[in-house]
Amino acid sequence: MDATILAQQAINGLILGATYGLIAIGYTMVYGIIGMINFAHGEIYMVSAYLTAIFLALAQFAGITSIPATLVFVLFFTLLVTALHGWFAERIAYRPLRGSNRLAPLITAIGLSLVLQNYVRLSQGARSQGIPSLMQGSFILPIGSAGGSVQITHVQLLIIVVAFLGMAVLTFIMHRTSLGRACRATEQDLTMAALLGIDTDRIISIVFVIGAAMAAVAGVLVSLNYGSFDFHIGFITGIKAFTAAVLGGIGSLPGAMLGGLILGLSESFFSGFVNTDYKDVFAFALLVLVLIFRPSGLLGQPMVTKV
Amino acid sequence: MGNKLFHPLATGFLVWILTLPISGVVLDGYFFSFHWQPPLVLALAAFLFHSGILAVRWWHSFGKLLKEKRGLGDCPQGFDFAVDQSSLSRSTRTLPKGAILMALPMIVGGVLPFFLNKYWLTVAILALIYVLLALGLNIVVGLAGMLDLGFVAFYAVGAYGYALGHEYLGLGFWSSLPLGAMLAAGFGVVLGFPVLRMHGDYLAIVTLGFGEIIRLVLNNWVSFTGGPNGVRVPGPTLPGLEFTRRAKEGSIPVHEFLGIDYSANHRIVFIYLVLFMVVLATIFLVTRLKNMPLGRSWEALREDEIACRSLGINHVTVKLSAFALGAMIGGIGGVFFAASQGFVNPTSFTFFESALILAIVVLGGLGSIPGVIIAAIVITILPEVLRDFSDYRVLVFGLAMVIMMIWRPRGLVRSVRPVFREHVR
Repeated sequence: MDATILAQQAINGLILGATYGLIAIGYTMVYGIIGMINFAHGEIYMVSAYLTAIFLALAQFAGITSIPATLVFVLFFTLLVTALHGWFAERIAYRPLRGSNRLAPLITAIGLSLVLQNYVRLSQGARSQGIPSLMQGSFILPIGSAGGSVQITHVQLLIIVVAFLGMAVLTFIMHRTSLGRACRATEQDLTMAALLGIDTDRIISIVFVIGAAMAAVAGVLVSLNYGSFDFHIGFITGIKAFTAAVLGGIGSLPGAMLGGLILGLSESFFSGFVNTDYKDVFAFALLVLVLIFRPSGLLGQPMVTKV
Repeated sequence: MGNKLFHPLATGFLVWILTLPISGVVLDGYFFSFHWQPPLVLALAAFLFHSGILAVRWWHSFGKLLKEKRGLGDCPQGFDFAVDQSSLSRSTRTLPKGAILMALPMIVGGVLPFFLNKYWLTVAILALIYVLLALGLNIVVGLAGMLDLGFVAFYAVGAYGYALGHEYLGLGFWSSLPLGAMLAAGFGVVLGFPVLRMHGDYLAIVTLGFGEIIRLVLNNWVSFTGGPNGVRVPGPTLPGLEFTRRAKEGSIPVHEFLGIDYSANHRIVFIYLVLFMVVLATIFLVTRLKNMPLGRSWEALREDEIACRSLGINHVTVKLSAFALGAMIGGIGGVFFAASQGFVNPTSFTFFESALILAIVVLGGLGSIPGVIIAAIVITILPEVLRDFSDYRVLVFGLAMVIMMIWRPRGLVRSVRPVFREHVR
């Protein structure tokens, strides 16, 4: 096996994995607190990809030319609007159903994901959209024998830096601030937290907002990296991010990132060395196998149902 | 009181902010154009909607107040043993009415193909196929309470079972029908076994993954399944008779046998009639199963799995039987789909199909057989009637799923069961 190709695939996988990890945070936090899969989370990521392109165009319209300023502008507004989408989703589709049977919120989640997908398709058209590459240029690192080298573009570097920065900030919030303490308390026992004076409705809203914001970061970075997207991307990426969350142990923040990286790396190696056509099959098969054999994931605790 | 105006206004404003970038700014390559109206309309709709809810609530509380003033609206003390009479005594008292209700659709359905043109006949076939699929999914989701998001996999197994069975083994329609059903049921068991231990959400995701795996394999295994190009499927035959203008060696075309003129419609009418029979048989089967011990255990398991297992219900067989039966009905639907289309390819078996069937089951009412049948027919016919509306179809399905779950989680036509109500003040 060529060391150069191996290194290049590893880098690609790392970047893929970082984005999966960012999106997986939304799944893992929501699951940790209210124990449901937010099926529409993938669509929120898709919406943020569209918003990136739209705010990029608006930035040009507003006469912002310098690249860092554009990036900040795009990131800020995309985050804002996407987070609002997350908040709205919870408010409309999940909050009215709190305390009903388990099937109902899942069905509204599927309904919501259909609504978001088709809302974007109807207003933006079905064909795939592109955005101009903002940051060109890349680092070339010599690796392997015979003058082989691997390439990391600036955007890819940015993805890795922002993903880990995002994780660090989030971990800090969850473990060092009072908000994080309230979140963790709600996660442990919702009723008890409510009895002790924590506004659990507010905490759940905040969790949705944080999850959507992380998906927005992923959306911005991925669309800057690939430059094209369509209204379908939310579905498959959402499932893969969910796989990452389950793999790492759903409910655990470092687990989401770990699961994302493992999934990204293995998917990248699979498509590089085995077969590109079946890489989605591989991801789905991995999901099914993990759920069957180790549903608590790598870093999660097994759940016990008491009678 | 200030909330009466403030909350709807805030809702409208939020919706405006929310929708402004996506539907107000439309991308066109690297440029964009402004479309101000849609966000405004949406915001106005949200405002009116919220105001409407507040108004209804206000009237409701006002009415309650009036009732209390007049001393009405008190519940009597003690127990109120309210058993729904109609569902208990249906077998004796309401038999004639029920028989008429049953016979009418049967006659209408049976006579229908002789009055419809080819286009509406294909629509009717599609509607019946969706009735089959919805009945199958209704067993899994509605009765047994397992959210199956990959139901389309069994549909695909049935359709491809027929297509590939013909391609490689030379099977005809009549041998494919039971074989496709068995094959799909087998897939149902294979999938059912590992997911038995899972909770609702994990089960949903695993079935979704399974459905996608099947579709991706069908799409990528080009040498075996033809990949995106699909496989041609022959039409069904009466044994020994074919629905073609000129028959192959050793068989006679139907029109020569009957001594009538050739018409391309015969084949479709034939498919319709066979399908209609199968749908009737399925309805009969499912209705009976629902009231049998097996059906009761499905519903009991849906309501409380832990209690059922403590009472000694074997959850493995009960869940597997639901999965296998649902899959089998889905497989039969697939065989008919392949036969009526004359062609199958993977684009017919996307996640959207699963979501659509689920939408039908949800709208009809989880577990309610008449509701699901009506919903299937309405949802397949409606887009044909309202052609201009077809773009918004999926959006409306999604909205309907959300609204239904919030307002009427048991569907438009709820299934009625004897209930015990307890009123204690």
